[in-house]
Amino acid sequence: MGARFSESRLSMQFESFSDFLAMGGYGFYVWLSFGSCAFVLLSVLLSSLHDGKTLKQQVKLQIEREARIKKAQQEQAV
Amino acid sequence: MWKWLHPYAKAERAYQLCNTLLPYFTVFTVVCLVVGWVWGLAYAPADYQQKDSYRIIFIHVPSAILSMGAYSSMAIAAIVALVWQLRNAELAVVAIAPVGAAMTVIALVTGAAWGKPMWGAWWVWDARLTSELILLFLYLGVLSLYHAFEDKKSAGKAACILAIVGVINLPIIHFSVEWWNTLHQGATITKFDTSAIDPSMLWPLLINIVAFAGFVGVVTLIRLKNEILQREKHRPWVRDLVSRG
Repeated sequence: MGARFSESRLSMQFESFSDFLAMGGYGFYVWLSFGSCAFVLLSVLLSSLHDGKTLKQQVKLQIEREARIKKAQQEQAV
Repeated sequence: MWKWLHPYAKAERAYQLCNTLLPYFTVFTVVCLVVGWVWGLAYAPADYQQKDSYRIIFIHVPSAILSMGAYSSMAIAAIVALVWQLRNAELAVVAIAPVGAAMTVIALVTGAAWGKPMWGAWWVWDARLTSELILLFLYLGVLSLYHAFEDKKSAGKAACILAIVGVINLPIIHFSVEWWNTLHQGATITKFDTSAIDPSMLWPLLINIVAFAGFVGVVTLIRLKNEILQREKHRPWVRDLVSRG
């Protein structure tokens, strides 16, 4: 497959960075697409990670709470 | 022959499997995304007709394909959950839905941003666009149905049934560009041999498709872990896990 690429077709398509940003006049639409895509991907990823953290934290608090209750009951019994 | 699968019906084993797979999926996704985006944005040649605006294809097509792919996986998990009564499969349905919805949103937004310069409109009530919008509502419906029930057993069942019924929408999306007269252009890569796309554009596109698939995998694994923890939070193994970590 690789042989089918000619040198020019696999090289940088833009002369300068501002050229790259301009996207031949379509910069707004291209960057709007890639920007919103990155935003949605990051949001769903980070919120999923955050959910897991919150969940573990809840379980931890519950364990600590139960330990406290148990301790209090033991002290009362003495 | 399929006996090796049985232990994974246990929540703890399934959780461990998610943990084992996650790093591989993550590395694969990051590498493919970086290569795919750089190649697509900077190195792929401009289209002779649409110039640089066509570069949106490198995220539009992958997200659209994965919005349907994720839905298919969700429906398969739903069938498994209903037929074999596997709770993990039910959790997988709920784990896939949010990232599937995200893929659908990306497909719709990037489609709008591509439609404006090419068709002159952000949105048209065209068969392809409308059926994709319905797909988003199906994802949201599955999620809200699941969260609407107090009893998680009936919640899972209801969500699974909706997920399976919604499959009818997938062929409608796929064939909408053939069945109806639409603004949306026809298939690009599913007719491989007629080469509607040049290899210099096809390769970065394929890399982006597997990158998005990897991303769906990463988020599904993370969310499946969360759902298992949520369901099993009173079990000793979860308590051990949390106290250790």
